[in-house]
Amino acid sequence: MLYREVGQYKTNYAADMSVMPLIQDRVGIGIILFIAAVIIPYFGNAFLIQAIMIPFLVFSLAAIGLNLLTGYTGLLSLGTGAFMGVGAYACYKLTTYFPGVNILIWIIASGLFSAVVGVVFGLPSLRIKGFYLAVATLAAQFFLSWCFIRQPWFYNYNASGAIEVPTRTLFGIPVTGATAADATRYYVVLGIVVAMTWLASNLVHGRIGRMWMAVRDMDLAAELIGIRLLRTKLLAFAVSSFYCGVAGALLVFQWYGSAEPAVFDVNLSFFILFMVIIGGLGSLTGSYLGAALIFILPIVLRYIPPHLGIPIRPATVDHIQYMVIGALIVLFLIVEPNGLARLWQIGKQKLRVWPFPY
Amino acid sequence: MRLHRVLLGTALAAATLLTVPLAASSADGIYVPLFSYRTGPFAGSGTPIVNGMADYLNMLNERDGGIGGVKIIVEECETGYDTKKGLECYEQVKAKNPVVMNPYSTGITLPLIPKAAIDKIPILSMAYGLSASADGNTFPWVFNPPATYWDGASMFIRYAGGKEGGLERLKGKKIGLVYLDAPYGKEPIPLLEALAKDYGFELKLYPVPAAEMQNQSSQWLNIRRDRPDWIYLQGFGAMNPTAVKEAAKINYPMDHLIGNWWAGNDDDARPAGDGAKGYLSLDFNQVGTNYKVIQDILKYVVDKGKSQTPKDRVGENLYNRGVLNSIIIAEGIRTAQKVSGKKQITGEDMRRGLESLNINEARLKEIGADGFAAPMKVACDDHNGHNAAYMAKWDGTKWVKGSDWIEPLKSKVRPLIESAAKDYAGANAGWPKRTEACDKSS
Amino acid sequence: MHLIYQIFIDPFVQMGNAPDLLVQTLWEGLVAGVLYSLIALGFVLIFKASGVFNFAQGIMVVFAALTLVGFYEHGIPAYLALALTVAVMFGLAFAVERAMLRPLVNQPDIILFMATFGLTYFLIGFGELVFGGDPKVMIASQLGLPKGAVEIKMAGGLVSLQKIDIAAAIIASLMVAALAVFFQKTRVGRALRAVADSHKAALSVGISLEYIWVIVWFAAGLVALATGIMWGARSEVSFALEIIALKALPVLILGGFTSIPGAIIGGVIIGVGEKIGEFYWGPLLGSGIETWLAYVIALVFLLFRPQGLFGERIIERI
Repeated sequence: MLYREVGQYKTNYAADMSVMPLIQDRVGIGIILFIAAVIIPYFGNAFLIQAIMIPFLVFSLAAIGLNLLTGYTGLLSLGTGAFMGVGAYACYKLTTYFPGVNILIWIIASGLFSAVVGVVFGLPSLRIKGFYLAVATLAAQFFLSWCFIRQPWFYNYNASGAIEVPTRTLFGIPVTGATAADATRYYVVLGIVVAMTWLASNLVHGRIGRMWMAVRDMDLAAELIGIRLLRTKLLAFAVSSFYCGVAGALLVFQWYGSAEPAVFDVNLSFFILFMVIIGGLGSLTGSYLGAALIFILPIVLRYIPPHLGIPIRPATVDHIQYMVIGALIVLFLIVEPNGLARLWQIGKQKLRVWPFPY
Repeated sequence: MRLHRVLLGTALAAATLLTVPLAASSADGIYVPLFSYRTGPFAGSGTPIVNGMADYLNMLNERDGGIGGVKIIVEECETGYDTKKGLECYEQVKAKNPVVMNPYSTGITLPLIPKAAIDKIPILSMAYGLSASADGNTFPWVFNPPATYWDGASMFIRYAGGKEGGLERLKGKKIGLVYLDAPYGKEPIPLLEALAKDYGFELKLYPVPAAEMQNQSSQWLNIRRDRPDWIYLQGFGAMNPTAVKEAAKINYPMDHLIGNWWAGNDDDARPAGDGAKGYLSLDFNQVGTNYKVIQDILKYVVDKGKSQTPKDRVGENLYNRGVLNSIIIAEGIRTAQKVSGKKQITGEDMRRGLESLNINEARLKEIGADGFAAPMKVACDDHNGHNAAYMAKWDGTKWVKGSDWIEPLKSKVRPLIESAAKDYAGANAGWPKRTEACDKSS
Repeated sequence: MHLIYQIFIDPFVQMGNAPDLLVQTLWEGLVAGVLYSLIALGFVLIFKASGVFNFAQGIMVVFAALTLVGFYEHGIPAYLALALTVAVMFGLAFAVERAMLRPLVNQPDIILFMATFGLTYFLIGFGELVFGGDPKVMIASQLGLPKGAVEIKMAGGLVSLQKIDIAAAIIASLMVAALAVFFQKTRVGRALRAVADSHKAALSVGISLEYIWVIVWFAAGLVALATGIMWGARSEVSFALEIIALKALPVLILGGFTSIPGAIIGGVIIGVGEKIGEFYWGPLLGSGIETWLAYVIALVFLLFRPQGLFGERIIERI
């Protein structure tokens, strides 16, 4: 009843083929953007912005990147962490060489470096398929991790091997570094993530997205109808790595404030992969939902016992948290293997016919 | 199936409803958060340290009613040595007005250093963290007594030189550094390279990637090929026992293998058993329960069941290290109370207190730690003090005293620290100049 | 010119100069390879029988080792502790089958793979809760495993072979032989291979999937226990061991995901290749190349022979 398309008539082709045909969808997105842009910075405390919202947005962007590759094109990749690292280190080197240029330009440009690296490591994808491709991307992961530690050029030869983020300003307001205010950083991240999500949405709903999905469903058949496999797959690697690279640059420059090579290790790759699979392969909404579940839920779980006044030691809470997350992952996969995005779709379908059961 | 869906729905709803409004606790006490790692690959080293830290502060609460009459609120935040969780812990504890930060991981300390001056919470990174932060003029909010990693490496060289018959006799010798391939492990390299130039020995580096901590046969094969005369072990967690075992396997003379102060856990030497006899480790606290402060901890905290430490682990090397760390915190709070005149101090007061820290022989005796550690003093421009350490020796079952107190090569270390601090400030555009006044030390 | 000399000639000169070190490196590589292949064996078992890539194998290794040491520290004699641990692994296999595998029958492989991720997290939390995060010493000597080393004077120098490594190599070979016989000759082995081909078809000829899965996860649990004992005896038992499980992936690529002898041979190739590469070519690139050398070897191999040395050929149809 709430979600019906009754009464909404389309009078031209463009309106008919739009990505969000229902007015309820647009209103919903508007409300979410309003909450994100106005309510949260205004009413949220520093913990909410700094430790929950900024990381959540960064991880969602990385999850979108991985979803484009694994969910839409069907190429399992375990190198996400390394591609994020490439973006972060590229941004660092760029801003060290050209400190005068606007940092936002460099954050976006670092994605291009990441895209190039992604294409190089995606070249085996023509010969290798499925699970074996994951091993090729693991090679990328470990090789790039090794580069970040052992090649001192990446961290400007400093003694500790870790990179520190210098203070950069935008219109006179500090945007990176310790002096940047929480709200400023939050808006930068929000702006970039919203813009890139919009871009991704247009990509997957258009010709390129359909090419990717054809390759995912059956690549031999896709080749037969004229889709150039190598180009499509490499394009998927490039775009996905671009998103991961920007996410990595945002992670270091807007969240951590510094980075050591261990940040971009294989655990990060698995972390993002969990988000994508739990959220739903092949769905942008799913990337956000997966990031929310995998990232925010452990934090919530950690603070429930003190809230309810139960005295448990923090280490025990950590252990229980691992157990609960593990059990939840298995539970989700049993209940809905297609991820949270499918649950959301089912929910919307129920809303269509509510209050009737079917 | 329907039941599944219902359960799932309620689980999700509950999870989203319980989002995070954190009330800042109205501290009627001095809040000291402890970042711990009782989980993860470094838990073997992390658990005794945080036990020691928590027990000493709780003992002060039980025995004396706190410091200056104000109770200390001790809270652990589990980081698992993971920078992500460490940053999250920082955000969480910031709201509760902590007086000092104990990140206990070089990886977590590095991102917190720029934030310390902005949020006005001093960082006490006792003998870890960024060595260059010993320069109080560049890092007014970071303290790392009693010695930096560079001091430790210089003490190792001095000891090795002493055993060879003089520092000049090191010329032409090979010195190896086995280190964890992480910022923590790389810390001593600049100093060792400088000393190699000065004294003419050859420095060989053997990095151990964190993922290969338990699989070190290649590094020790290389050591077998190169045959260095002395080896310095800058390791942590699971890397140490594997290194000691591998050294025993290739019959490396144990008295030429020296670990830094984080490679001196009982669990580091015990797995190699008798093969590790003679293994040396730098130490700046004594081992054992034969000190009044440890006896008080046993009496007031452990025996009363208020501690997470098993009784037979009290007095271990890293446990006593944690106790020493808490002694520094407590003395810092006491000095801050004196300097500021307030009982309920803030982070800024704590900074002044730590900067005026002066734990001399008499004070050590007063608190029941006579001989437990060397006296230490912090100054406005020197936030470290470059104090002495000694060599502890593993006799097969426990650590015993293996040498007298060794002074670091201050003349070599201090100029390097100052130039490193200058480099750090230069590399981070906009690093604030020190504006905090310097109290005369009391 | 100097670079070409360094890459192609100098390492062999070094090998010739110190042949005892060469033999030692080969031996270390062999030992590392055998240990990797033990982990890979667990993967192969489960993949062969249920098509699931069990990411939790690494944590099962740690869990088995911790259980064994935990029982011993509570005062139970070593061999009884071993028997009890075997019983615990059986219980674990049973629980995994009931709670995880039964509801996920016939789901695509990636879902089952993800479920093993969930299992990994669960076992990490559970293991740390029950046993604590402290590292423990493996009770190698109490189980009758030898200590010390055999030192052979050869090739102009000393080559020392640790007795525990020799024992590990022998035990691994015995296990491989036993498992190979089990799969080829027994009824249960044939049933396992049938289940690997197709769950539905196996059900339709009357093979009880639940029974088979419990058996195969139990067998993988036994392999994990042996692996845990061997790895733990070499260093110590802690959760850091779990990271090493990732090394088994290149071994599987080389040997084939479904081949038991392939796991050993692949393991030895990867182990030896890794150690020789690290020792002789490592310093050129800045050392520490062990972390990715195995994957690059596997990748190069994949480009020429995608199914591995002994794996089954993948035939794609439209």
